[in-house]
Parts: sequence; structure tokens; C-alpha cells
Amino acid sequence: MKLATSGLAKRFAGGVEALADVSIGVGDGEFVSIVGPSGCGKSTLLALLAGLLEPSAGTIALDGAVPADGLLGAVGYMPQRDLLMQWRTTLANTTVGLELAGVGRAAARELARAQFARFGLAGFEERRPSELSGGMRQRAALLRTFLAGREVLLLDEPFGALDALTREAMREWLLGVWEADRKTILLVTHDVEEAVFLSDRVYVMSGPPGAVVTEVEVALPRPRTLELTAGADFAQLRERLLAPLRAQARAALGATAPAGRVEPVAP
Amino acid sequence: MSTPAARLALALGGRLEPRPRAVRGKPGAVAGRVIPPLLVGVVLVALWQAYVALSGVRPGIFPSPLDVARALVRDRSLLLSSAGTTLSEILLGYAIAIVVGVSLAAAVSSSRLVERGVYPWLVVSQMIPIPALAPVVVLWTGFDIRPKLIVVALVTFFPIAVNTIDGLRATDPELVGLLRTLGARRRDVLRIAQLPNALPYVFSGLRVAAAFAVIGAVFAEWVGSSSGLGYLLLSYNDQTLTADVFAVVVVLAVIGVAMFAAVGLIERVAVPWWRIEE
Repeated sequence: MKLATSGLAKRFAGGVEALADVSIGVGDGEFVSIVGPSGCGKSTLLALLAGLLEPSAGTIALDGAVPADGLLGAVGYMPQRDLLMQWRTTLANTTVGLELAGVGRAAARELARAQFARFGLAGFEERRPSELSGGMRQRAALLRTFLAGREVLLLDEPFGALDALTREAMREWLLGVWEADRKTILLVTHDVEEAVFLSDRVYVMSGPPGAVVTEVEVALPRPRTLELTAGADFAQLRERLLAPLRAQARAALGATAPAGRVEPVAP
Repeated sequence: MSTPAARLALALGGRLEPRPRAVRGKPGAVAGRVIPPLLVGVVLVALWQAYVALSGVRPGIFPSPLDVARALVRDRSLLLSSAGTTLSEILLGYAIAIVVGVSLAAAVSSSRLVERGVYPWLVVSQMIPIPALAPVVVLWTGFDIRPKLIVVALVTFFPIAVNTIDGLRATDPELVGLLRTLGARRRDVLRIAQLPNALPYVFSGLRVAAAFAVIGAVFAEWVGSSSGLGYLLLSYNDQTLTADVFAVVVVLAVIGVAMFAAVGLIERVAVPWWRIEE
């Protein structure tokens, strides 16, 4: 496993238990997603993996060992909001990671420029982030994370704020980028379809406190295109993931499923 | 928000919470902003002139705008040289305040503990009417330019420091987190995120401080000096040359407005993104 957690728990000061006993793993070059409802602790999990929070219990291993000086800076992280800096041009926003790694300004810009077309940003190098569309802003944020050169990327609902059509197009585009680079990706989302379409494997979380309910292997062929989402295999996988999520949602609302239509919880 | 700085900022149309201004693209919009205040000014001066003419009040008590204009022309060379003295006190004191205020702000926000320890005292220091301290400062330093610089710097540094601290503090914590995952250390975060983020706040403080600087310089000159607009003001007042007193006030007002406008101009160049947003 490239990245693995064991018995990970997080309790915030004040006693809020965000995560309880999460053990997951992501293989080298694997695309893994975590699906779960809002507030189930998925973002907390990513923040722990990024080294921004300290776990209350459990361990996180990178390449089979717990990093001696922490995870901060060892893995790539893309938060939900694009966090582009308005005082920098789009190009200068994407080179931040390279700058911090000690790459010279000119060399960093050269490296970033070379990726702009692939990230659908050609011609927008010198524009301010406020002049970009929502999809472009997310791609710029993603490029910033990619350019930092980490082998493991943690993506926190990267397409959550986009409209449905843009989101679909972005998924297909992201798969293209991933298939070319084969980075290890752990993506967090509340969208089951997104998780199935993108991933090799999907974890379903419940919470709070966050815990893994089930794990589903997605054995759909690659390369994948959006047409795949219309197929029967896809629908079956989607239902398998949705079942436990629906059960959770109903429980959270205090409602019981109508008689005769009780959803079986997938193994 | 009832600190002197805040009240003055409001009175001067400044922003307490910096927020992006609407972009005024059309060139006609400039005329739209200049003409109304100009008209109001003309009306006020006309009313003033009419009052003095109709009431028959003595010019020594309340001079008419025409008297003031005549005094301005009559005293022009003295006003100009005095303005030079006062302006250099203002600009030097202001420059000291910027350096001290911004460095202090950077130091204060470098650690939560330092901030907690120092910030309340910064506020308390403003409860002391600094101009009232001017005689003591003169006692310590003598009659040269030093007490003026100290007083100007003391009254202007507070709005600069507090606004800078607020600006550094207002940096998105998620952005700080992101930068840390990219390998940023504390000083990288300061350079890449906090300082640029604080710039619009700094300029808000600079604008308020520009007005304070004029007041500070006049106070310092009142306490002990033999030149400058503040000194001229006192000596005209002693001779009940009221029109000339008003002439000095006009020059002081011009200096204040010019500094205010200069800060605004520099802000447009230094913080271009602030106007692009929204």
C-alpha cells in the first residue's frame, strides 16, 4: 500500500468525535474514492492524511512506514475551495508549490506553462483568478497540486461547487490526466456516480463519528468515458453503494423505510 | 468601533472593513464624483460670504472668504516656506510610523502569544491623547524637528499597526493550511499569503493616518517651534489676524487632502486586484 491508515481516530477539543477507527489503504497508482454524507468526517480524514491535523489515535503509513517528521508536505492536497490567491496571476498561482520546493522563478513558470494546455487553461496564464470560470479555477487549483510533484494526491470534493455539466466533463478530463501520470489519488466526494466512474475502489463512510461501512471494488474497464455511466454494470455498482448511504440518511432523519422496500445493506 | 481612528475613518469616508469597491469603468463616472462635492463647496462659500456681508460682523472676528483669499495671496511666500517645514515633518514622521507600524504588526502576528500580550496595550496606548504628550516630548528632545517627528509618528502609527495586524490576521486559514502542505514555513506563509492579503487593510490605515499626521504636526509645533504652519497659526492668532489664521487652515486642509489622495493613488497601483474583484 502506498498510503494506509490503521485505527485512525480524531476527537476535537471540546469532545466532538469526528472519526472513529478508520482503516483504509490506497495502492500505488490506484484511484480510490471515499463516499459519504456531509459531516461524516471525510474532510477531517483528508486533513489528517495531509498532515494538517494530528490523529487522536491510530497511525498513517506512507510507503509502508510512518513518516518520521510527519505527513505535512509529504502528500499533495487539494481542499474543496480552490483558494487561488487574487494577488497572483493564474500562472503564478500554479507555481506556488514549485517555488516552495526551491525551483527558480523562471524554471517554475516554464514547467507550469507546459501544462496549461493539458489543464484547459491555455491563454489564461496572465489572467487574475477572478477572470476564470468555476471549472477553470478548479483546474488551476488542481494544476497547482499536480505541479508540487507529490506521488499521492488527496482531493477533497474537487468538483463539488461546479454545475452538473461542467462536473461531468471535469471527471472525464481528470481521468485522462490521471491515466497519463498514474499518480496515487484518494478522492473524497458525496457523489456516488462520481466515485464509481473515477475509481478502482470505493469506501463508503458513515458518521459522525466517521467510520468505513463498506468497500466496493469497481471492476469496470479503462479507459472510461462518460457513456459508461449509462451501462447496466455501472448502475449495479451505483446501487450497491447507494444502499448503505440511503439507510444512513433514513436513520439520520429518524424515518423507517416503507414496509416491503427495506434496502439490504451491501456486504 | 468607537476608537478615534475608527470615527475619523468614517468621517473621512474611509473603510473600516476593507472590501472591494465597485469598478467604475466609465470616464463620466469621475465627473459624477467630482462635481457634486465641488457644487456643495461653492454653495457653502457663497453662504459664508453672504452671511459676513449681511451681518456686518467684523473681519477680525469672522473674515469672509474674500478676506481669506486676500490673506492667502498676501502671505503666500511665508505660507509656502512654512508649509515646506510642516510638510517635511509630516512626511518624515509618517514614514517612521509606516516602518514601525508595519514591522510591529508583523512581529505581533508572528505568534499568538505575543499578539495576546501586546495587542491590548496597543489599544490602551491610544487612550492617551498623544498631542497632550507633546510638551513632555519637547522636554525630552528639545526644540528641533525631533519632537515633531515623534508626535506625528505616535499619532499615525496606531491606525497603520492595527489595520496591518487585522489584515495579517484575516488571511484565510485554509490557504495557510494549503501552503503548509506545499512545504511553506512560517515566513513563506507571511510573504506569499499574509502580507499581500494585508495590503488593502494597510492602505485603509494609511489613509486615516494621513489625516492624523497633519493634526499631529500642528500640535507639535504649537508646543515648541519657531517655524511651520502650526507656529504661524499661533502667531497670527495672537495678533488677531483672523483672515490669516483661516489662510493657514486652508493650506493645512490642502496638505491633508493631497496626502489622502496620494495614498489612494498609490493604493490603486499597489493593490490592483482589489478593484478587479466583483
